[in-house]
Amino acid sequence: MIGFMLAIIRRDLLLVARQPAEIINPLVFFVLVIAMFPLGISPEASLLSQTAAGVIWVAAMLATLLSLELLFKLDHDDGSLEQLLLAPHPSWCLVLAKVFVHWLVSGLPLILISPLIAMMLFLPSEAISTLMLSLLLGTPTLSLLGAIGAALVTGVRGGGMLLTLLILPLYVPVIIFGASSVAAAAQGMPVDGYMALLAAMFVFALMITPWAAGSALKL
Amino acid sequence: MTQSSWRMPRWFHQMGSPKWFYNFGGLLQPWFAMAAFVLLTVGVVWGLAFAPADYQQGNSFRIMYVHVPAAILSQSVFLGMAVAGAIGLIWKMKIAFMVARSCIAIGATFTIIALVTGAVWGKPTWGAYWVWDARLTSTLVLLFLYAGVMALNQAISERQIAGKATAILAIVGTINIPIIKYSVEWWNTLHQSSSFTLTAKPSMPSEMYLPLLLMVLGSYFLFALIVLIRTRAQILQTQNGASWLMQHQDVSGAQ
Repeated sequence: MIGFMLAIIRRDLLLVARQPAEIINPLVFFVLVIAMFPLGISPEASLLSQTAAGVIWVAAMLATLLSLELLFKLDHDDGSLEQLLLAPHPSWCLVLAKVFVHWLVSGLPLILISPLIAMMLFLPSEAISTLMLSLLLGTPTLSLLGAIGAALVTGVRGGGMLLTLLILPLYVPVIIFGASSVAAAAQGMPVDGYMALLAAMFVFALMITPWAAGSALKL
Repeated sequence: MTQSSWRMPRWFHQMGSPKWFYNFGGLLQPWFAMAAFVLLTVGVVWGLAFAPADYQQGNSFRIMYVHVPAAILSQSVFLGMAVAGAIGLIWKMKIAFMVARSCIAIGATFTIIALVTGAVWGKPTWGAYWVWDARLTSTLVLLFLYAGVMALNQAISERQIAGKATAILAIVGTINIPIIKYSVEWWNTLHQSSSFTLTAKPSMPSEMYLPLLLMVLGSYFLFALIVLIRTRAQILQTQNGASWLMQHQDVSGAQ
């Protein structure tokens, strides 16, 4: 089972390596969207630093959503998804492996570039470590929840927009707690409660979503 | 030594038969309609006209008689939809998927009614049509979940697969229901906590909460009626050509 998952991870990473655009595009999108806010609203430091937490989190969510559609689509289109589902291993292994690669490719770059973004939006430097930790706990949760939606709309026409519609209600708690934790840290308040809740949501998603997405893939 | 395992009662599997459901549902339908009509009419007239005015809010509290049943139903219907979907997935009953499908529109309607009447009630009492507190936000999320289930159901062209996919989505979305229900306890919300619970005596005088009870019961009967009508309509659609249906009096006319 572990060998199966490692093989899938290696295969998907190889596919990504052949198309570096899969890593670069969500990252560039993330930075561009963040850059739109000072341009569109106001470049004043006081205003930006107040909204920075929410803006960064919403942009991270949008960037994750963009790359989710392709999670199962490419494999479904050339038929390899069916072959993988026929393997003698439970379908949640497949889902977990693919979600892990998706996170490595879309979530991890966001976390690594977030200090730079925080400076662009004048987020107080005390909050940067909280920002990175909340993104570290939150982006895997976003990838996991997104996998359910991606599995449900595989093979459906107009799936991208439908995917967004299906997953955004599920993302609401993650966004609320993620953004609030960074906002609280920016004001110097303790964030242990928020981190605990984010970690709990991550563990919950880790337990439930591979199974749910696996059942949805077999439909 | 062999031991017979406990099985689901016979009526449970009987309900999965389209013919049985269609006929039994047809028998129940007029009774549910009558019960819903009587309970809702009495509840509305009593609540909106005759119940005593609240000492704090005056007459504007009367919108509670529409808002509270709609809110209760919006959550119950989502749970019902998820349960029906789970039954369909576990016991592979097509009827269960049809019942789940019937719940989507009525549940979304109840949620919209709850949100709109809540906003109308909020303006005189809180001074604002909308606040982003925990209960209002999670009920709005419930509306989005209904919209997502509706969209997924329409997007997948094959009926059986659509039923299973919406069942999975409904089950995943059920996590929102305890969040809505306990949001007034877990967070500092503007929305008040429960007016009545199943176990404790309500703090309202009986002339106030009896019409509320009638409205809630009547709304449940209305929901059951609509689910019956819609599920029977889906049976007619999908069982077209089945021999029991072609000879049924609804199709071929009473002989």
